[in-house]
Amino acid sequence: MLKKQTIRVKVNGREREADVEPRLLLVHFIREVLGLTGTHIGCDTSHCGACTVVLDGRTVKSCTMFAVQAEGGELTTVEGLMKDGQLHPLQEGFKEEHGLQCGFCTPGMLMSSYALLSKNPKPSEEQIRWGISGNLCRCTGYQNIVKAVEYAAGKLEQQKMAQGGAR
Amino acid sequence: MIPPAFEYLRPQTIPEAISLLQQHGEDAKILSGGQSLIPMMKLRLARPAFLVDINRIAGLAYIKEEGGFLKIGALTREADLEASPLIQSKYPIILDTAHVIADPQVRNMATVAGNLAHGDPANDHPATMLALGAQIVAMGAKGERVVAIEEFFLSVFTTALQPGEILTEIRIPAPPAHSGGAYFKLERKVGDFATAAVAAQVTLDGKGLCQKAGIGLTNVGPAPIKARKAEDFLRGKKLDAANIAQAAQLAAEDAQPSADLRGPAEYKKGLVKELARRALTRAAERAGK
Repeated sequence: MLKKQTIRVKVNGREREADVEPRLLLVHFIREVLGLTGTHIGCDTSHCGACTVVLDGRTVKSCTMFAVQAEGGELTTVEGLMKDGQLHPLQEGFKEEHGLQCGFCTPGMLMSSYALLSKNPKPSEEQIRWGISGNLCRCTGYQNIVKAVEYAAGKLEQQKMAQGGAR
Repeated sequence: MIPPAFEYLRPQTIPEAISLLQQHGEDAKILSGGQSLIPMMKLRLARPAFLVDINRIAGLAYIKEEGGFLKIGALTREADLEASPLIQSKYPIILDTAHVIADPQVRNMATVAGNLAHGDPANDHPATMLALGAQIVAMGAKGERVVAIEEFFLSVFTTALQPGEILTEIRIPAPPAHSGGAYFKLERKVGDFATAAVAAQVTLDGKGLCQKAGIGLTNVGPAPIKARKAEDFLRGKKLDAANIAQAAQLAAEDAQPSADLRGPAEYKKGLVKELARRALTRAAERAGK
């Protein structure tokens, strides 16, 4: 039963197509078929969130989905955050605020924070902690991750004001 | 962990889905949110030869009040419940429940229907639906049928859904005035299943006495438990601390927890008592408003 089917997914803005077995997990599709190894497999039991990606505007755990379910959808992985060689404010925040140590949880943290800030541009600390509650970190104790997200929220706000002012 | 190979089917309509389920019988499972099923498949505890993905069927995701009921469509995600102004304002017990299911990513995919249909006594919505006296609407080849929630949960991973049936809607009788409910869950960490949890829904009569109480218990038995002794005790009584404490004790007596990594059975019974006390207290507060 190794019958494959063709799926088409828009990944970080690019149309991608591949023949996959139905049982191919989305995370394996991302890492092994697309070669985007920024998305990590942390626990494989749907707990840790290191595999978090954004599919059709919502965060999902890519280890708990089959690639075939993403057919026709729009996927954003951590590789899609950087634009024109510029770090996304979240990436800058994690850098400036030391929001990572080993970095394994970081892609998932970035994607969850990205989704959080899209919906809530000015989150409180409690809202940030709630927003990343599906992402586990063994290194940092979350303190600097929260600061990194706050930094990014501030930076995005600044950018928005700057754009507005330029008109 | 990699599931065994399966054939993936994606019907566009309910009749198509039902036909596929009938065709493949025991070899087929419905895929909605997949947040319970896929982890089981990855552990090879579930090995369906056919997966019927119903996520593309239109018109199954809704939250609306109609004909005296709150109606929740089968593909309504937990995140949709959390974001719904109707649920936030009029059904805080459901909001309480949705909030403590897993985590944000899982809630984006997980469906309320799946939470009920999977039949896992550790899932959270069953106790709440028991407390609310909900009805389950199932569609099969012979048409639609409505099952009372008290008759829906049979045993571990076993519900009253027949092969070839899909849970399409959950109906909750709109609570009368002076009603309130709450869901209290203890978990070891965010995203865990309940060590124990209690759902309580009460309605007060004109004199401020309890007209009706619904109490559901999570993860303290092979199926979610309706705490009937406690419910019967409260009828006609004032929801003061003493009566609530007594009801909580009765609810704990209905619990049949197993000892496991989350704790010994006696501990879980004690937990049910305290959570029932908190849930009933909060429900009474909300009913009084």
